[in-house]
Amino acid sequence: MAAAGPGRGEDRPVRTRLAPYLLVAPFFVLFTVTGLFPLLYTGYVSLFSWDLVGDSPGFVGLANYAELLGDDRFGTALVNTLSIFLLATGPQLVVAVGVAALLDAAPRPSTGWRVAVLAPTAMSVVAVGIVFANLFGPRYGLVNAALAGLGLDPVDWQADRLAGHVAIAVMVNWRWTGYNALVVLAAMRAIPPTLYEAAIVDGAGRWRRFRHVTLPLLRPTLLFVVVTSTIGGLQVFTEPKLLDAQPGSANGGASGQFQTVALYVYQSAFETRRLGYASAVAWVLVLLVALLAWVNYRLTRRMAGVDG
Amino acid sequence: MRAPTCLLLLAFVAGSLFPYYWAFLVGSQDAVSMTGATLVPGGHFLDNARRVFDTVPFWRALGNSVVVAGTVTVSTVVFASLAGFAFARARFPGRDRMFRFVVATMALPTQLGIIPLYLAMAELGWAGGLQAVIVPNLVTALGVFWMRQYTLSAVPAELVDAARVDGCSLARAYWHVCLPSVRPALAALGMFTFMASWNDFLWPLVALDADHPTVQLALERLQSGHYVDYPLVLAGTTLATVPVLLVFAAFGRRGLDGAALG
Repeated sequence: MAAAGPGRGEDRPVRTRLAPYLLVAPFFVLFTVTGLFPLLYTGYVSLFSWDLVGDSPGFVGLANYAELLGDDRFGTALVNTLSIFLLATGPQLVVAVGVAALLDAAPRPSTGWRVAVLAPTAMSVVAVGIVFANLFGPRYGLVNAALAGLGLDPVDWQADRLAGHVAIAVMVNWRWTGYNALVVLAAMRAIPPTLYEAAIVDGAGRWRRFRHVTLPLLRPTLLFVVVTSTIGGLQVFTEPKLLDAQPGSANGGASGQFQTVALYVYQSAFETRRLGYASAVAWVLVLLVALLAWVNYRLTRRMAGVDG
Repeated sequence: MRAPTCLLLLAFVAGSLFPYYWAFLVGSQDAVSMTGATLVPGGHFLDNARRVFDTVPFWRALGNSVVVAGTVTVSTVVFASLAGFAFARARFPGRDRMFRFVVATMALPTQLGIIPLYLAMAELGWAGGLQAVIVPNLVTALGVFWMRQYTLSAVPAELVDAARVDGCSLARAYWHVCLPSVRPALAALGMFTFMASWNDFLWPLVALDADHPTVQLALERLQSGHYVDYPLVLAGTTLATVPVLLVFAAFGRRGLDGAALG
């Protein structure tokens, strides 16, 4: 932006060269300051005994991590997180592919269907947590009323460990299955019809065409869905917080039976106010997410490479 | 569509919509006489809604959420489309490496950096106020990625190059060549950004004080009494969901078309 007039001829190339960087700069600046830096700094805070309101932080080395190894609550939270993640991701993927296949059967899926399928994503996680906590209510909940109608015993979803995990997985699945179905549908629509025609000529039925043409070509998309579900699924926070029988609590059930790691991070940092320890918990989760995302990413690249 | 396909889809859609109906259903019951499950709406929705506004500062929460989600949406759409255009149609050293970085960051659980982010906000004196939840969300990697993919498919490189040869600056090429073609993607990105911001919970819970609630924080506060008054809470849930449904209805069609192409 130097001199105008005579200097302009030399000035213009500089501006032209800088312009693209200016367009992408807002993202990089903002992401570095509010995303990347806090994430890395979490690792630094985890080396301190750092009270939210108390004295100045003292360096403790890896003591927070050593404490973590012997912390039963953390162990429970880790198992809960993985259990909820598995209960949520598996069924979700199967149903999403099924719904996408159903929508794909129509010549042109109408907007109405797609809006209806996407509707759950519009409800906030807090609202989902409230509505499903009511549906899964131990005494007057609709789910237990339905179980009673079938002659089955009521389930205490807020007290039983596995039942709590199932209830939380149902919330996650309800909110995300339709969205993922539309992602898969878009990939299905991109498959060239000639491939199906060739399979029909070879005498392949509906199921064989789905199994041997559709599914292999969907693999990169399915892995994308798995990766995003992994990243989100390991950070589940709101659903267990709202399912708790004691409203407002971050305990994840009376004995922490459905407390997730993200919930434990929140509780340790902003209720127990031990920022250093909470950061160690968060950092372990970061590494876990990064590890699983990286594994999935490698798998995606390998399989996408093989399948073309 | 064949009958079995249609029936299965109808069942799935019924399941997708039922919790919305259930929220309204319970929200319309009489709080006093509410006992077991019923499937018929009662006539007390307006009473319950009035009690929502009496119990928590719901108007202020709505206003705060409109300010936060509105600012975040406009800013994300602007910054993401500018960056997406540069990544798709400008040529500059380091472009591909920078874009790979953007993609890689989408896998980072940045939500887990809330502890240092909170310390930083406290240091700046922003903790508690709305700027604490607005500033970190002004643009996202997903938005940049999305706009880049859409620009690649919707804005021909020859058109941009021709404009540049004619002496058009990058900014003018963005305004006159790129922007008119990527409107469906802007609608889609705007719709999803608004929904994500309106529905955000963890960071607002940490960063905002009791005087600056968003709708989600007000909802959680409604549910946090010792005795949960479900007709009250679910009337509030219904009210909190209406603005998102309005945005969804207004942008849904264009948003979905944009999303399908992107």
